[in-house]
Amino acid sequence: MKRYFHHELQDLRSKLILIAEKAHEAGRLAVEGFLNSDLEKTERAIKLDDEIDDLEIEIDRASVRYITLRSPVSSDVRLIFVAIKASHDIERAGDEAHSIAKKTKRILTRDGKVVNKVHIEAMSKLAFAMLDDAITCFLEEDLELAESIMERDKEVDRLNKENFKALASDMCEGSVEPSSNIETILISKSIERIADHAKNLAEEVIYLLTGN
Amino acid sequence: MAQTSTPITTSENSQPPIIEIRNFDFAYGDSQALFDINMDIKEKEVTAFIGPSGCGKSTFLRCFNRMNDLIDIARIKGGEIKISGVNIYDKDIDVIELRKHVGMVFQKSNPFPKSIYDNIAYGLRIQGVKKKSTLDDVVEECLRGAALWDEVKDRLNESALGMSGGQQQRLCIARALAVRPKILLMDEPCSALDPIATAKVEELIHELKKDYTIVIVTHNMQQAARVSDRTAFFYLGKLIEFENTDDIFMNPKNPQTEAYISGRFG
Ligand SMILES: Nc1ncnc2c1ncn2[C@@H]1O[C@H](COP(=O)(O)OP(=O)(O)OP(=O)(O)O)[C@@H](O)[C@H]1O
Ligand SMILES: [Mg+2]
Repeated sequence: MKRYFHHELQDLRSKLILIAEKAHEAGRLAVEGFLNSDLEKTERAIKLDDEIDDLEIEIDRASVRYITLRSPVSSDVRLIFVAIKASHDIERAGDEAHSIAKKTKRILTRDGKVVNKVHIEAMSKLAFAMLDDAITCFLEEDLELAESIMERDKEVDRLNKENFKALASDMCEGSVEPSSNIETILISKSIERIADHAKNLAEEVIYLLTGN
Repeated sequence: MAQTSTPITTSENSQPPIIEIRNFDFAYGDSQALFDINMDIKEKEVTAFIGPSGCGKSTFLRCFNRMNDLIDIARIKGGEIKISGVNIYDKDIDVIELRKHVGMVFQKSNPFPKSIYDNIAYGLRIQGVKKKSTLDDVVEECLRGAALWDEVKDRLNESALGMSGGQQQRLCIARALAVRPKILLMDEPCSALDPIATAKVEELIHELKKDYTIVIVTHNMQQAARVSDRTAFFYLGKLIEFENTDDIFMNPKNPQTEAYISGRFG
């Protein structure tokens, strides 16, 4: 039977969709700022971080309140526990977007534009698609989609390693300003971490659905 | 009048209280059951009373419509209770009129051994309402109000005693609504009901608070958390803490409240 407080679970889901959208938006802006040497997008990515942090706190509070006041059982409890973990993973992905934007800003301030973009574009596309799918598989309890995310993480890792090799050998040749290459290595690492958070979330969903 | 200490009230809702309790002391013979209670109950809210057995919840609830008048040794030792600004223990208060204003639903559903229809029409007939169409309208309105209409509309003339426990309890609520009270007192209304019937009564309480002020005594802490806006914790005849339900269950100020709601009491 439907209870008058069940809409609070719906609100919780909406908040999760919102925080995921904001984290994706922050990531997209940060990476576009890097790829197009666009300082304005970089700034917008940095600003989004506070909104994401606030939403995570809201989700935690709403979850604790629901557990305390509504005595949920079964799938409602699972939903809430995964929601808490999911919002944390998403918030961390948002932190990485923030970090990408900050480093891009440093490169742009120093060099005026990004010179060596390595595989950042391809990598970020993969990572953001993983993040979107991680949220979708959680909301729709889609086990197959969750499992596909685990596989896709390997490709992101591979691209990150290639980026590292390319940027490091570049530095050895002494042809570029090393600071920017180091920053790009860290940006690549941040994207790799965004994919990791998506993978964590997918793991949670698999656990939620199968108990393993 | 005695110096009034500040009533324990709660923030947010700035409506004037519909029930005001000041320095209220109550005893059964020589044994005091309630000690210096100060409290404001807000209109169109659900207020829950919780606390261990014997702490005085039912006693206090019965003071709001003077049901304790029926007990010989019951005595008010001091203080006052005002409802809508009127001291209900004034000499010239018409108690029958007061009980119309402040309805009550008990732990055990107690329908009359009459038809479903007559259970609700009864109170109105006593008031002198005779017109069939008026009675029909009120019966339907109250049964709808108690979320019971769809279940019983085809068997209004069957005995109320043939209904399930949960239906009987909702019938008693419908009966209480028939005389158009402003306040509904409920003393453990779900303690004899199964989880589904309980959920239905809780849903009903949630609906009713749009039009009524509700005070509910419950031993079920989860129920208090689910249905009420404010919760009062009583212990040994004293009001220990009265706060927004969120605060009582998520962050009580008093260690005794915390111990009680977390099951670490005694
Ligand atoms: N009719 C009565 N005559 C004498 N004493 C009474 C009477 N009713 C209650 N008491 C006493 O008053 C105190 C408060 O009782 P009350 O029934 O109000 O408690 P309660 O909080 O409602 O308990 P419970 O949760 O068990 O219903 C108890 O000590 C009880 O023994
Ligand atoms: Mg009692």
